[in-house]
Amino acid sequence: MVKLRKSLSAGHGVNAWLQQRITAVVMLLAALVLIAFIGFGSCAAVDGFSAWKSFFDCTLVKIVSQILVIAVVIHAWIGMRDIVMDYIKSYSARVTLYMLIILWLLGSLIYSAAVLWTA
Amino acid sequence: MSKKIKFSIYRYNPEKDAKPYFQDYEVEVGDHDKKLLNALVKIKDELDDSLSFRRSCREGVCGSDAMNINGRNGLACLTDLADLKQPIVLAPIPGLPVIRDLIVDMTQFFHQYHSIKPYVIDDRPMPERERLQSPEDRKELDGVIECILCACCSTSCPSFWWNPDKFLGPAALLHAYRFIADTRDQATNDRLNDLNDPYRLFRCHTIMNCVDVCPKHLNPTRAISRIKETMLARMA
Repeated sequence: MVKLRKSLSAGHGVNAWLQQRITAVVMLLAALVLIAFIGFGSCAAVDGFSAWKSFFDCTLVKIVSQILVIAVVIHAWIGMRDIVMDYIKSYSARVTLYMLIILWLLGSLIYSAAVLWTA
Repeated sequence: MSKKIKFSIYRYNPEKDAKPYFQDYEVEVGDHDKKLLNALVKIKDELDDSLSFRRSCREGVCGSDAMNINGRNGLACLTDLADLKQPIVLAPIPGLPVIRDLIVDMTQFFHQYHSIKPYVIDDRPMPERERLQSPEDRKELDGVIECILCACCSTSCPSFWWNPDKFLGPAALLHAYRFIADTRDQATNDRLNDLNDPYRLFRCHTIMNCVDVCPKHLNPTRAISRIKETMLARMA
């Protein structure tokens, strides 16, 4: 029975729980680092589009921003999966929702990478 | 001096009633009738002997008379009449099938309790006398063994309402921790493996309704956190 439960479940209890907490800490740290960069860093922005553009031209800002987005995507996936697991009983509805959420989050991740690294 | 107390009580007899309804009562209680259960027994004795509810020890030990009192789960025998706003609205504890009036079918609840193997597992040869435990080790079980399985906590937990067949609920998890924390038990690893899936333990989202309603003032949320900590310690 335990085997069946594990093979049917998306992810494994304590791992998902731990990942959600680790990504939360990463999100907090990355956000604080970005705020610090805006405030005092060598990549400090002033105002307006060109200032923001030059801010995001800084490689360190790109790396921290990308780490932040990755953490958000993992955190959101575990959270959304939790909500679906709590409330949606129908197997087909659940799989459909999982796929939509994965598409949305992967899309966001790819789009964020495109914005950060190609602009 | 006696006084009158107003009640609105959930009634449902599946043999007669198409659907549940609330019935109003007004009962006269004396100075010695301090607890909600006293008034309920009076209603049954004097006004309506068809009213059904469970009760046994009438002092918060057996856990039979758990019910939803003015929207909050509790034991009728431990609840002071003087603290309750009237009319006192009584309903069965939510989330379990109603058998009749305030009596619910607790099969699902006890199924989850039994699934955690609520007994000390030790396959080593039996000692000549009992398995001893030091006073310090025994202290670990304080605040855990006092649970009377009244189901007030589990039936106020939304995660248990949504997934009563897969999520153990706070009461069973409190007992799971009781055996994980017991130094005489030799099956800690198996117990943790059994809980390490997306549902049995991890549907708990720490909203702490269980702590809020426990009539014995226990803290299932803390026990659940301790289980998670033990799992993490095992991974490290």
